[in-house]
Amino acid sequence: MPLIKNGQIADDTWQVLEDDAPLPEQGDVIVALERFLAEIDQIRTRSGRTGIAIENTVDPQEVTAHLDDLDLIALDFPAFTDGRAYSQARQLRTKQGYTGELRATGNVLADQAGFLLQVGFDAFEVAADQSLDVWNKAANSMALAYQRGYGGTQKTRDKLQAARPLANTSNCALAVEQSLPI
Amino acid sequence: MYRYDEFDTTFVRQRVDQFRDQVNRRVSGELTEEQFRPLRLMNGLYLQLHAYMLRVAVPYGTLNAAQMRKLAFIADKYDKGYGHFTTRQNIQYNWPKLPDVPDILDHLADVEMHAIQTSGNCIRNVTADQWSGAAADEVEDPRPYAELMRQWSSLHPEFSFLPRKFKIAVTGAQADRAAIAYHDIGLRLKKNGSDEIGFEVLVGGGMGRTPMIAARIRDWLPKQELLAYLEAIMRVYNLHGRRDNKYKARIKILVHELGAEEFTSQVEEEYTRIDAPRVMPPAQELERIAAYFAPPAFDDLQDDSPKFMQHEEEDAAFAQWVERNVAAHKQRGYAIVNVSLKPVGGVPGDASSDQMRAVADLAEQLSLDEIRVTHEQNLVLPHVRKQDLYRLWQELKKHELADANIGLATDIIACPGLDYCALATARSIPISQDISNRLGDIARQREIGDLKIKISGCINACGHHHAGHIGILGLEKRGQEYYQITLGGSGDERASVGEIIGPGFSSETVTDAVETIVDTYVGLRQNGETFIEAYRRVGPDPFKEAVYAAH
Ligand code: SF4
Repeated sequence: MPLIKNGQIADDTWQVLEDDAPLPEQGDVIVALERFLAEIDQIRTRSGRTGIAIENTVDPQEVTAHLDDLDLIALDFPAFTDGRAYSQARQLRTKQGYTGELRATGNVLADQAGFLLQVGFDAFEVAADQSLDVWNKAANSMALAYQRGYGGTQKTRDKLQAARPLANTSNCALAVEQSLPI
Repeated sequence: MYRYDEFDTTFVRQRVDQFRDQVNRRVSGELTEEQFRPLRLMNGLYLQLHAYMLRVAVPYGTLNAAQMRKLAFIADKYDKGYGHFTTRQNIQYNWPKLPDVPDILDHLADVEMHAIQTSGNCIRNVTADQWSGAAADEVEDPRPYAELMRQWSSLHPEFSFLPRKFKIAVTGAQADRAAIAYHDIGLRLKKNGSDEIGFEVLVGGGMGRTPMIAARIRDWLPKQELLAYLEAIMRVYNLHGRRDNKYKARIKILVHELGAEEFTSQVEEEYTRIDAPRVMPPAQELERIAAYFAPPAFDDLQDDSPKFMQHEEEDAAFAQWVERNVAAHKQRGYAIVNVSLKPVGGVPGDASSDQMRAVADLAEQLSLDEIRVTHEQNLVLPHVRKQDLYRLWQELKKHELADANIGLATDIIACPGLDYCALATARSIPISQDISNRLGDIARQREIGDLKIKISGCINACGHHHAGHIGILGLEKRGQEYYQITLGGSGDERASVGEIIGPGFSSETVTDAVETIVDTYVGLRQNGETFIEAYRRVGPDPFKEAVYAAH
């Protein structure tokens, strides 16, 4: 599965660990939540990074105590119309204050890209035939958003209003600069 | 009325461009119909029995003349010269061609309209009391909050893939003309003990195969907290609403299965975790929106207009129309006019492009440029000077818009049914026409009095039959349409779900059954009781006896 981060195809250093595979000392591995909770002591002694995959029926509060041990959380879209992971992401990013990688997995389509970024996802496992151009175009097709307090590149009305006087001043400054003798 | 600023305009135009790109990808074959389906459904485009159907949002049912003229233009250019006003205060076009749809959306954007989220499992167009800003019994105009919710819900990043569609209705009056108890969320502006205005919050009402009256989860919520509190409700639903069975996916089922108390405590708990100041609009934003809904420039008039009273005395037909179609306005000397889209034997909610243009002209001349669409599929001219009523009535008559039947037996709600709808199990429009013809004599209608007949063409209940005093549900068994009758439903402040009276009727006999029910009521009523009052007193038995004895 290709991985998209920051609008680019990214190397995926993470490996999903089967439940019965031994826990390696090194390397970046994604384990299931249950295993993570059960083997937390060993996980803490690893030199590699650890992430978890959680199903969309799990309450993100279950991992609140371990956010410092986590470098990646993968949230699942079993179907792209199943929107539970949007709320999980939102909860992790806001009241839980999670700052590591938040990865969207499963049925992840370009036409969701904008919303995913807004709720705080920053890595996307997409289908092999997903064109990066289509993805980026879809991700940036809306420059504005009405909802306050969400992330993403979209500007809210407040941000736009706050930006406008600034833009004007800087234009003025620019004009002044350009009118100076070269 | 709200006016778009640069932000709103850019937002809607970008959405049109985004959709144009999606349509192009479909037309070129890059997208399959299966891939395109969820995308078009995010923008009000359905594939119906014969063609695409485009549903255009009329935000909280409010239009101005320019917008109505644009709707007429679209009806002429892209449809067959008419449009259909729906029970969610929207308008539907039944015959647009797919490649034309982006252009239609551009035309709509020219007059600050769109089709965003008129379908799909997202927060739908917010509906409101059609008399908002005019009604004499209003605590406060709910439209600024409806507009706030329109903006907040548009392309919501977290709540666009809900378990099921989601409908919010709001009113500012005690009399419930918006059927709030039948919505996923119902909001009512009201005063608390210290005379401050806030929201009463109801959750979990709905029609469909499991009709339910909403539960009250907050008696009073400070107004400015609305969006943060809605976010808590939506998040609990998004995470916990059922997704295994689409018939159990509405929030009413979650509320029912958890119990109202447990549901409420989950919402309140989620609410404590929300960083409300981050989500809530700043006070100046609320003021910015509210300023658009400041009362229009009313003339300072006497309450009574001698001219009006004289016409009322001299012209009985006019007096009858006033009695049924005109309601009290909060401003002295003004009245609210309901324009019936229910001519006897007609299609409920249909309006021709000529009628739309006529209403637009009259709104401009006589109603301070405002028009409303009602959830009962009629139109409203909300701000008419009493002295202009006679002239208005005469003009409406020329366009067959002066039926004096608001709230009477022929003011029927009917969904499109099998004539258009891909989900229908039976026809509803022809049944409505049949009943309307049967009971259509105006003297008879007036003799019968207040009566709400509502017809749905399948269990999805878009015709609100559960809330009908007489509800009719069209079903199908072995290739035959048949019609189930319910009695005693109500969508107002005393909301109730109608009860099935017994075996169904064929399309040939259902009108007879309705007539028998009506005659039975007329026979047993006491002291001017309305149908619903009489039903509440005597229950279903006398009606059952009459109907099943006769058949
Ligand atoms: S009630 Fe059924 S038939 Fe009528 S519009 Fe809704 S889905 Fe279609």
